[in-house]
Amino acid sequence: MADQHHHRHGEPESEMTLRVRAIEQLLAEKGLVDPTAIDRLVELYETRVGPHNGARVVARAWSDPAYKARLLENGTEAIAELGISGLQGENMVVVENTQAIHNVVVCTLCSCYPWPVLGLPPVWYKSPPYRSRVVREPRAVLAEFGMAVPAEQEVRVWDSSAEIRYMVLPQRPAEGEGLDEEALAALVTRDGMIGTAPV
Amino acid sequence: MDGIHDMGGMHGFGAIAREAAEPVFHADWEGRALGLLLQAAEGMGFVDDHLRSRIERTPPDAYLRLSYYQLWIRALETLMIERGVAGAEEIAERVAATREGGRAPGGSDLSLDDMAAMVAAGASTKRPDAGVPPRFSVGERVRVRNDHPFHHTRAPRYTRGRVGEIVIDHGIFVFPDTNSEQQGEAPQHCYAVRFAARELWGPSAPPQDSLCVDLWDSYLEPA
Repeated sequence: MADQHHHRHGEPESEMTLRVRAIEQLLAEKGLVDPTAIDRLVELYETRVGPHNGARVVARAWSDPAYKARLLENGTEAIAELGISGLQGENMVVVENTQAIHNVVVCTLCSCYPWPVLGLPPVWYKSPPYRSRVVREPRAVLAEFGMAVPAEQEVRVWDSSAEIRYMVLPQRPAEGEGLDEEALAALVTRDGMIGTAPV
Repeated sequence: MDGIHDMGGMHGFGAIAREAAEPVFHADWEGRALGLLLQAAEGMGFVDDHLRSRIERTPPDAYLRLSYYQLWIRALETLMIERGVAGAEEIAERVAATREGGRAPGGSDLSLDDMAAMVAAGASTKRPDAGVPPRFSVGERVRVRNDHPFHHTRAPRYTRGRVGEIVIDHGIFVFPDTNSEQQGEAPQHCYAVRFAARELWGPSAPPQDSLCVDLWDSYLEPA
């Protein structure tokens, strides 16, 4: 994959390193950015903000019907109850997978993604193949991810074309029976909350 | 703008390449780019609408060749030049003069908890107090206007002229078409509109499937 990643880029990595550094220097000299704040942002998104946050939300919803009802009614407020909020998650809507509906999320126009609950998006989510295809042939895309959606289930694609960010609440798996919230959270994957995996 | 970025429904991009155990950043510069963008947005006073509109002006061949972080940096340079923060020549000279290790000096003693609190506050573009009435209500059928503006817009091409049903009224939000062009926030209601897959793609789409797209009031007309 390293080769493929390198190949996708228009310029060698070292040139981007220099370019970003040069722009950072220029903006720092003009007092428009704080390099220390950039250090902290990198650290924050590498260590604190990620799909483990969304997994806590899902596990709580699976364990507490009243919380689940609040989550589906007002995603932003219910997620904030767990101390999770912020950039690219200011207005959250949580959509529930059921026996009748399987939801999947995309941003066809750019790369909108619910950062506070899922972290920064994986490269495939931002890639032209996913963005172009999941709206047109979601069942084929889900099959590539290893998910066969039965014909009797509706596939509902959410294109995040505005400033609302979507998270999927997966169906609670049979193996979740009797588990506590922490153990349930461990069953939840990032892709499950995008809708490209069952859980 | 009917650019390459508006790629929903296009054919020919092939299989989705996924990476097992993908790192948050693939190189140090990607992390710097993310932090730089968020910091510059605050320092220079731009928002996502401005950034996106500049990304979309990237020529199609370059858009497809560059990674998303590269597109961000390219758009940031465009904004710097447009706003007189630095000239194209100044940027080019600085890039040529920059060598590994020549990091900008740290500017503050900001802690990780401080930053976490700042990020947690967010920067919502919802304008609940704008007092603008909705033109449509949940359950109503609407058609997306057939409009192909040259400027930034968030009505995906594949929805234009198509009929769907309002399923959520998200409330009042800044309107990107005007905001991106410095023409004001023009706050208005934004809705999730549900379309049958067949309405968008024709008879080859499964009859039971659907798509929900978030669309502002100005994009819609009664159906």
